[in-house]
Amino acid sequence: MSRDTARKTDTSPPSSGAGPDLDHLRHLYTQMLRIRRFEEAAARAYTQGKISGFLHLYIGQEAIAVATADLMEPGDRVVTTYRDHGFAIALGCDSGACMAELFGKATGLVGGVGGSMHFFAKDKGLWGGYAIVGSHVPVAAGHAFASKYNQDGRVTLCFLGEGAMHIGATAEGMNLAGLWRLPIVFVIENNMYAMGTPLSRQSPVDDLTSRAPGWALASDRFVVNDVLETRTRLAEAVAHARNENRPALVELLTYRFRGHSMSDPGKYRTKDEVDEWRSRDPLHRSEQQLRDAGITEDALTAIDDGIIAEMDAATAFADESPLPEPAHRFRHNLIEDV
Amino acid sequence: MATLQIREALRAAIDEEMARDERVFVMGEEVGHYDGAYKVTEGLLKKYGERRVVDTPIAEAGFAGIGIGAAMCGLRPIIEFMTFNFSAVAFDQILNNAAKLHQLTAGQFTLPMVFRGPNGAAHMLSSTHSQAFESFYCGFPGVKVVSVATPYDAKGLLKTAIRDDNPIIFFESEIMYANRGEVPDEEYLIPIGKADIKRPLTGTGIGVTVITWGQGLSVALAAAELAAPEGLDCEVIDLRSLRPLDDEAVLASVRKTNRVVLVYHGWPYGGTGAEVSDRIQRLAFDHLDAPVLRVCYEDVNMPYAENLEQLVLPSPAKALEAFREVAYRKV
Ligand SMILES: Cc1ncc(C[n+]2csc(CCOP(=O)(O)OP(=O)(O)O)c2C)c(N)n1
Repeated sequence: MSRDTARKTDTSPPSSGAGPDLDHLRHLYTQMLRIRRFEEAAARAYTQGKISGFLHLYIGQEAIAVATADLMEPGDRVVTTYRDHGFAIALGCDSGACMAELFGKATGLVGGVGGSMHFFAKDKGLWGGYAIVGSHVPVAAGHAFASKYNQDGRVTLCFLGEGAMHIGATAEGMNLAGLWRLPIVFVIENNMYAMGTPLSRQSPVDDLTSRAPGWALASDRFVVNDVLETRTRLAEAVAHARNENRPALVELLTYRFRGHSMSDPGKYRTKDEVDEWRSRDPLHRSEQQLRDAGITEDALTAIDDGIIAEMDAATAFADESPLPEPAHRFRHNLIEDV
Repeated sequence: MATLQIREALRAAIDEEMARDERVFVMGEEVGHYDGAYKVTEGLLKKYGERRVVDTPIAEAGFAGIGIGAAMCGLRPIIEFMTFNFSAVAFDQILNNAAKLHQLTAGQFTLPMVFRGPNGAAHMLSSTHSQAFESFYCGFPGVKVVSVATPYDAKGLLKTAIRDDNPIIFFESEIMYANRGEVPDEEYLIPIGKADIKRPLTGTGIGVTVITWGQGLSVALAAAELAAPEGLDCEVIDLRSLRPLDDEAVLASVRKTNRVVLVYHGWPYGGTGAEVSDRIQRLAFDHLDAPVLRVCYEDVNMPYAENLEQLVLPSPAKALEAFREVAYRKV
């Protein structure tokens, strides 16, 4: 997904002659805010019983998906977990189609068969949406294998929680990527907890990139405070993967502001800890940067108003969309099933 | 008699067996500090400590293997899968180690352990999170497989499973954990391998044997209620033990009714439903007045959308239709 295509869904007002950096920052901020507002709308719909199943929100981690979408080149791929709405929005999936998927409607991203945990939009670069922890890691390495095989210059970005670092599929996928020098960047979104389990009870070491040398992966590790910094450092890893077939393991220290899923009250974290991370919210930081660069309060309000209107429309679209046709349950189990 | 939820009955079984036998321990994701993803193990960490209530990282193959290795040394692990969907990651450990090591070592090692957790569809979790695993775990020798549907059975069978020296696969259901029922105050055990009649024949009308287990039970009972006013008299048999199967309980009922419908959560191709049907046609052929029918999942991957999921799942209406069909009452 190139930045320009992603901008089609950008609801920010037209640039008023400000410099390109301000435009860029405004774009990233807008995308982050779109994810935040989408997730808030989804949480409301869940509370109203319009969404069911498991709903894992991306609130707090938006900068990662937005930085990623911004640096990708056409044909690059994102493979991620069940916490996938943020990437879908960042990569330019229609917010109405995303919401309709959560509502289990025919107009959903995959026609209502997958729900929250299984978003796929191949043409936008979103290659899943995987709900079994770790199982997407070798699959993502397989995409990179195909890229190397075809010499197509594409890079796969594989996202996983720190909780997925301790399961066999992850180790096998990363070893194979290192062994065969596949064009892939594995990105750990270390939000400190796998459900209720802090990293200290998952891993004997804190620094998960300490495993990178054993798989001959390049590595980087930093706190996600700033969307631009995140973009720059991820882009570096992606460039090495693309140009030198040098796979990497990047650990991003981040935080989910809500529970693991809507059914998790999150009692295992202290209020102080949550507040501390909230006070460093990358979304608010970029908002402040926009202010410092001279954007007016009115302009900021206009951005938010536009996004809120977009998400209201997405929710209304999902609500009013038809249920899938009954016969659709027989579709696509095999190619013959149309 | 106390009235307990299924999750409380399971917890009571684990608690009593841990108190009784030092070698019994619980291991799995979120079983301790989080008190269990579905609160089955609530309070056990506090009572027994981290030595015996062991939180694991997300590593099903790893902790299933740890359980197997520990069992070979004489411990008695209870391995919790957050749901059986995630046991797919540990399948090799169960298939090639748990089920085989007793035989491969000519009896040098026993594997007194339980793999337990919720199984089958819950509500709108889509295909990767809605699977019924009977057909996989009943498909090979070397394990026993149990599926419980009431608090009474849950407690009595889990206690037996923990004391059994074989590896046991023990199926529960996340949408049934809150179901309530009476459980005796005094200790009791239920033998593995014995089915239970959950609704007896009344003797009025056309008899139909309804065979079920797990989540299928509530569907079967609801369908039997619907069928009664039509003069269809259902005997609902809860298998409880899927391996070994209680052939005698099934055959005794078939000999009385001559008609059989199976109602269960699971795919139609192969598996427990197909096995029971095969045994009935082989062992009670002369007693059958109609083909054995099965009301189960449609043969598709589970869709998320509520309307589609409802169509794929077995329902009382679909079961009633099958009862009418075996009674040649098709309207
Ligand atoms: C193999 C497997 N085991 C267990 C689960 C249940 N589960 C879903 S998400 C999760 C926690 C994952 O934490 P992490 O990888 O850190 O990602 P986060 O949810 O924090 O984004 C668990 C245990 C699963 N989906 N797959």
